Amino acid sequence: MSALDHVLQHPSVWRGSQYAKVALESVPTGFGELDTLLPGGGWPRAALTELLVGQPGIGELRLLVPALARLSQHGKWLVLIAPPYVPYAPAFEALGIDLSRLIVVGTRSDAETLWAAERCLRSGVCSAVIAWPGLTHERSLRRLQSAAEQGKGIGVVFSPLRCAAQPSPAPLRIQLASERNRLNLHILKRRGGGWAAPLNLDVSQRPPLTQTNDQAGQPLHRASIGPLRPRRIRQGVA
Amino acid sequence: MLWSCLHFPDLSLQRLTRAARPVVPTVIRNGSNRPHVLSCDALARSAGVSAGMSLSAAIALCPQLHAHLRDAATERRALEHIAGWSGQFTPMVSVCLPDAVLLEIASSVALFGGLRALQLRMSEGLAELGYAAAIATAPTPGAAQLLARAGMSIAVTDPTRLADALRELPLTLLDQSKDTIEALGLIGVHTLGACLDLPRDGVARRFGQDLLDELDRALGRLPDPRAPHQPPTHYRARLPLPAPVYETEPLLFAAQRLIAEMSGHLRTKGSGLTRLKLTLHHEDRPPTSVHIGFSNPTRDPQRIARLLRERLARVELPERVEAIQFDSEESRPLAPHNLSLFPEDMLPEEERWSIVDHLRARLGTEAVYGIACRADHRPEQAYRACEPGSVEAGSGCARRPLWLLDPPRRLREQEDHPQLEGPLTLHGGPERIEGGWWDGADVTRDYFVASDSRGRQLWIYRERQGQRGWYLQGLFG
Repeated sequence: MSALDHVLQHPSVWRGSQYAKVALESVPTGFGELDTLLPGGGWPRAALTELLVGQPGIGELRLLVPALARLSQHGKWLVLIAPPYVPYAPAFEALGIDLSRLIVVGTRSDAETLWAAERCLRSGVCSAVIAWPGLTHERSLRRLQSAAEQGKGIGVVFSPLRCAAQPSPAPLRIQLASERNRLNLHILKRRGGGWAAPLNLDVSQRPPLTQTNDQAGQPLHRASIGPLRPRRIRQGVA
Repeated sequence: MLWSCLHFPDLSLQRLTRAARPVVPTVIRNGSNRPHVLSCDALARSAGVSAGMSLSAAIALCPQLHAHLRDAATERRALEHIAGWSGQFTPMVSVCLPDAVLLEIASSVALFGGLRALQLRMSEGLAELGYAAAIATAPTPGAAQLLARAGMSIAVTDPTRLADALRELPLTLLDQSKDTIEALGLIGVHTLGACLDLPRDGVARRFGQDLLDELDRALGRLPDPRAPHQPPTHYRARLPLPAPVYETEPLLFAAQRLIAEMSGHLRTKGSGLTRLKLTLHHEDRPPTSVHIGFSNPTRDPQRIARLLRERLARVELPERVEAIQFDSEESRPLAPHNLSLFPEDMLPEEERWSIVDHLRARLGTEAVYGIACRADHRPEQAYRACEPGSVEAGSGCARRPLWLLDPPRRLREQEDHPQLEGPLTLHGGPERIEGGWWDGADVTRDYFVASDSRGRQLWIYRERQGQRGWYLQGLFG
């Protein structure tokens, strides 16, 4: 074993899991295991990040939330462009995001989504721009990447899984999947190269269960739904 | 006291030609039966037209000539707008009909970094408005006016040297009748200096006290009070185009002139624009109006121009535009920024807001919004859309999903168990929420956290009254 270590320390030996550490300006993701796999130790600033997701609702947004909460402490905007559902204010607030920094932009077409994302990234007054443009082309992503470089913000694009095979100018691409209620991250591309083992991350800020439920965290079985007697929350009357 | 005079030699022509790049030769004519050319632009001059020529001769020389009738009322308005714009340099501005604006700048010189810097700023600013002016500075308003009329852009700051500076100026610059000037010419007096050398009592007897008074005022021997100009609260200006246009670019060119003027006006008033109405006048059709809103007050000409460009690009014009009009419908006080010790800390509020306006100009006002919490236990009532950036007290709830489905989606059920592409697994719950009896939107629900076969985490509830059954209301995105 010691002999092997000796060999591995030789400068001409390169291991597949290694990647060049580069000084990139980035924002910590809030997930330590993920930070160690990303070249700058977090979501890269002044760059586009492409997240490939099959379906919303697997925890893809919670992956970004710690970074967003951190960014919202500064003066710039956080922009959600064409989100798939209504961003629910109480949850954002509870996760530490300053709502007065958040803008939601509704669009009528993918072209408008890309236009708005490019504008926001280029403006330099948005610390993070998160867009759901649907199917994208390499050329439009390239425009977003150059806009992000100019505006120095974090650009995140959610693309469908189908786009995984097509080339993308985004310096960071991560494919997300759900695995037993945890989020499985597969880094397809990152600056500095190298291959990273898929990462299994617990992003759930597990919703605390109602107080009377003593089976917290355990899946409830069908039969157990009926007899449960939850505490009544009655408001408005004394 | 130090006065600067902005003198506009061809104001009647300049107020037209500033609205467009020179394309067609333009002249101003008078309204007599046999009209004459009063002034002509460079294009007309190169075709051989000159001031004083009869209009028919001018047209013979240059058939594509555009001749506009001189309009004293519009010229006065143009001067008033220039005066409103110059209020940013000094609080004391006076309009001198027919073609000059006077500014008392003694106390502004230090603020703007010296007389030279101030004059440069004024002439550059005027160029942005599309005007060319002679700017002369002197200790008395009369002297500044005489120097500017002579086309001398010079500054005389020392009162003792004033008489020397004025000596060489011709008498024709004075506000005296033609007869007086001619009579003086007959006795060999053509310059102010020669006139000042004449015995005063004789001059008063032969040519009237008026002449002496005007000279004395210019030299500072008599007081020369000027009426200060008070700009109106709202900026409202109409700029006729030399030739009607269809295209956006020439419209923007003309609009730039008004934007620069309006922004100076706003700086004078210490206010920022929140709503602007742009009216495009057509020849035979009712005008097209464009309203532009700003989320926070601004007077940044670039920001206004950017937004205008975005809006104009999407306006359908029914006909050519012959004039554009600006109305600052709503403005609010706006203090200038403080500079920060560390420039990188600084994110001017204006810049932060300009992106909101930009998005709204293209996507519509409702498409860009912020979100806020509301104190209500019913999930669909616990949030609302608000103006971006509004700070509102609200409490979050960590048990809530990041995505909400509004309205909730009804789930299929099998043997009382919710289905979404297969049976759902329930993880937590129930959380009972009841409320709303007071406003008619009564809910009685048991909420559960569930996951489906694809690993999505769902927030579902069972309605306990009315439309009983299972509903999907959120996703833990």
